[in-house]
Amino acid sequence: MSRIFLRLALAHLALGATLGAWVLAAKGGWPAGPGWLVGVHAESLLAGWLLNLVMGTAYWILPRHATGPARGRAGPVVVALVALNAGVFLAGSGLSLPAGRALEAVAAAAFALHAWSRVRPSSRPAPRAP
Amino acid sequence: MPRLSRWLARTALLYLVAALSVGAALVVRPRAPWLGGAWPVYLHLLTVGWITQLIAAVAYWMFPRPDPRAPASDRGGWVFYVLLNTGLLLRAYAEPLPGARAILPFAAMLQLAAILVFVAGIWPRIRGR
Repeated sequence: MSRIFLRLALAHLALGATLGAWVLAAKGGWPAGPGWLVGVHAESLLAGWLLNLVMGTAYWILPRHATGPARGRAGPVVVALVALNAGVFLAGSGLSLPAGRALEAVAAAAFALHAWSRVRPSSRPAPRAP
Repeated sequence: MPRLSRWLARTALLYLVAALSVGAALVVRPRAPWLGGAWPVYLHLLTVGWITQLIAAVAYWMFPRPDPRAPASDRGGWVFYVLLNTGLLLRAYAEPLPGARAILPFAAMLQLAAILVFVAGIWPRIRGR
């Protein structure tokens, strides 16, 4: 699951940086792109790149459960993954900004539901101070 | 922490200081002529110079290498470092100055090349242990 999040993050980074380079080059006299370019650039980088990266890394690295599935139930994380990337697509492309933002909020809530119980002290005891 | 990651992280910290200084100047002297066009510079010093560069520092350090037995090579990482920072500094210089904007496409291509080098270098390192 982390690998899917991280690869999607890198794909969003490459897309967002490509569109951003177009926007910046246009300020220097190159042909300007369509009006939606800045919106997709910002959405890809701020939500697509950063949130996929954060969720993927957190899913990988937060303390695991001692019993049951080590990282907990996969359902909420799958919901977060699908909702986040569908939301970035809808909001960035301008197809439906409200639906895109709502899906991004659903992704945040689903991921928080997953991560809540994993935000706790590690099961391995910390080394004692001398 | 490898040398590449230390350079990336320390440079990212410098961008954080620079970005917040520009942000403060934008609030204190919003009509200063030398700050015209500095808003996107402020945003990109934060998001590219600070956040993305710090993420790259940790990624080059922590992500599993394709072949752990092979000697570590950070050549791609150093290419990323030089391209990203040259492009970003050129942008920060040229964007607020109308007479220097002709170099913005060059700055854009440098930063785009840096990101593509980063993606190509990290992609194979996203794998199970």
